[in-house]
Amino acid sequence: MEHAIHPEPTTFLRKHVFSVDHKVIGRQYLILGMVWALIGGLSAYLIRSQLAWPGKSIVGASLLFEGGVVLPEAYNALLTMHGTIMVFFVAMPILLGALGNFLVPLMIGARDMAFPRLNMASFWIITTASVILILSMFVPGGTAAAGWTAYPPLSARTAYTGVALGQALWILALALEFVSFLMGGVNILTTAITMRAPGMTMMRLPLMVWMQMSASVLFMLSVGPLIAGAILLLMDGLIGTNFFVPLAGGGGGDPLLWQHLFWFFGHPEVYVILLPGIGVLTEVLPTFSRKPIFSYKTILYATIVAGVLSFLVWAHHMFTSGMNPLMVMSFSITTILISVPFTLIIFALIGTLIGGSIKMTVPMLFAVGTIACFIVGGITGIFLGSAIVDTYMHDTYFVVAHFHYTLFPTVILGGLAGFYFWFPKMFGKTLNPVLGHLHFWLTAISFNILFLALFRVGLGGQVRRVWMSAPSLEPLQHLNVTATWAAIAMLLGQIPFLVNIVWTALAGTPAPGNPWNSNSLEWQTASPPPHENFAEIPTVHRGPYEYSAPGNDEDWMAQDAEPTSAAAG
Amino acid sequence: MLNWFPPEVSTFGQDVDSVFWLIFWIGLAWFIVAEGIIIFCLIKYRRGKGRKATYFDGNSWKQASWILIPGALVLCLDLAVDFAGGHAYHKVKGELPASDVKVRVQGEQFAWTFTYPGPDGLFDTADDKETPTLDVPIHRPVHIYLRSKDVIHSFFIPTVRIKQDALPGREIALWFEADIAGRYEIACAELCGPLHYNMRTFLNVHTAEEYAAWVSETWGDN
Repeated sequence: MEHAIHPEPTTFLRKHVFSVDHKVIGRQYLILGMVWALIGGLSAYLIRSQLAWPGKSIVGASLLFEGGVVLPEAYNALLTMHGTIMVFFVAMPILLGALGNFLVPLMIGARDMAFPRLNMASFWIITTASVILILSMFVPGGTAAAGWTAYPPLSARTAYTGVALGQALWILALALEFVSFLMGGVNILTTAITMRAPGMTMMRLPLMVWMQMSASVLFMLSVGPLIAGAILLLMDGLIGTNFFVPLAGGGGGDPLLWQHLFWFFGHPEVYVILLPGIGVLTEVLPTFSRKPIFSYKTILYATIVAGVLSFLVWAHHMFTSGMNPLMVMSFSITTILISVPFTLIIFALIGTLIGGSIKMTVPMLFAVGTIACFIVGGITGIFLGSAIVDTYMHDTYFVVAHFHYTLFPTVILGGLAGFYFWFPKMFGKTLNPVLGHLHFWLTAISFNILFLALFRVGLGGQVRRVWMSAPSLEPLQHLNVTATWAAIAMLLGQIPFLVNIVWTALAGTPAPGNPWNSNSLEWQTASPPPHENFAEIPTVHRGPYEYSAPGNDEDWMAQDAEPTSAAAG
Repeated sequence: MLNWFPPEVSTFGQDVDSVFWLIFWIGLAWFIVAEGIIIFCLIKYRRGKGRKATYFDGNSWKQASWILIPGALVLCLDLAVDFAGGHAYHKVKGELPASDVKVRVQGEQFAWTFTYPGPDGLFDTADDKETPTLDVPIHRPVHIYLRSKDVIHSFFIPTVRIKQDALPGREIALWFEADIAGRYEIACAELCGPLHYNMRTFLNVHTAEEYAAWVSETWGDN
């Protein structure tokens, strides 16, 4: 359906701040996520420095902490903030907020999202949530310090942590974040289902759109119980109810209830941020292999199967929690089964390379790096899915290394692949590829050193969320130091990235409409796309992956190119 | 063999480790195959002059079998891992073997305390003794009754390969049998507050004679 939704704004405020244009909102989410990524990265720097050189003054930390020393209370707040920020304020805004908003209408040939004002509201609600989260760091008692999982009773009573208002503000910030992405999910789904251009059947959608839709569905179905749980936790903390806190004399609430509510959301949430990262790969790999994606339908159905399974595995986070061993066994089996759809997806992505004509551009480099690293995350998941091995591994650094190996590749490397790929479209400028290559190698190498070291530390028995490791683990301390240097290298490795952005913004050459000779609709309009995206709504004649089709002189064929008799698709 | 774990000192430690190594070798094989194919593709199919991609979309059964076969293989290996793991899990978490060494373990911010029932074998009687370390005899199953006074803690003895959360409001029974005497670290594995990192104590596995000496020393003339 075609409708001119809103006239082109004329004032600065309407154009760049309170805009209802999905492209502007996408860019706003991107900036928000990148600012948070910087804060989240610096929190990791403080955490790692403390673990490498416990109790010592940390370079640059004297701005925040007396003498630059991170004390245990501050350390717990830092690790809570790192997890909260990276999952809710970096991964979701960048992968769903920025990429979803920017790409879905363009890819389906629509002029904007279905609900532009709701879209603007989503952004300003997460911005409010961001402000509240930052405020929580400055109230007496400090911000939440019970981990991003906020297990009660620790998170429910000031007496246990010394944190008072900070925990309540943390819950409020998250609740608003949930509201924001619920609204965003409604928008993405409605847009993708109702506003496709003529000829854009569901099976002609770029897989990125499917990934955004799947992520939205998973989020909307899983977040409800957690919102309920968050309200109960808020009441436990503020007015002393006992939903999750048992009474001293027996009876009262049950702390395991929170874990069930949290992880019923928490596991699908992993896929909410992982699927759009895979969606980036489904666009980047065919473009630079000049080949169709391998088995579109297998990827699509495997994603749906993985999404359904993700609702049946949550208790694998709770194998040592004290729940019934029979339940542990059934969750162990479903968890390990999830390797099947992901094997299909990964092999389909690799299959896309076979027989291709591969060009190692910067986005391609990040995309291949994503697969190469994510494989490690997938395989190490089997150890933790096995309940008996998890009995040893749970809450050790092995778990920390595992989930960083699943989420860092998909969210950060995959997100960066998307950033380098769509930056010309988003901003109309061409990034410098030399700085891009440098950025990739610095990031990828330091990432692998960092988390391989942490696998080893975890196998040695170091538990997570400790202010310093146990004296018995002294023989492994050099690995903690190595990991910290790698983390510092990774942070410094972002300097070429930032220089590249600033340089390109100031002096970058204008990008053509379709710099990579890609097929999908977002490339068939100007860079950046004009107000309302397309001069004329395109008519779609084929799927998005018709690269190197036989009988076609070019090695690509836009989705909306008129079919010729020789190349009817 | 690669020596990545702390030494194992319990009767089921070997079972736990063998499941780890089973998964490790399967996983390593997949890792090498998958990364190998990626590297092979990047070299073989790199864009040279005039290189044109071969068009195929992998949607026919014949082409899709390229990924369906690995998928089926993974499914079979998954079941093997489930089976091996389930067997070991049953040994560790199934029925507790009979035992006359019973200890009540309580976690609280930020210490573990161990209560022994004493000669009468009953808790909450006058001859109970509370100790700051866990002292057990070698080659005898030990029953642990795990509690928490305040928040969630996690009772973790790396060398025994056992970990169990301690929950306020309930008591969880577990067991182990140590087969090498020595002194081993006990940690708290669940974030429990500011001094979580420091919530540590020791497991002392005594030989039969040492244990008898420890008992008579602890309970005196009783």
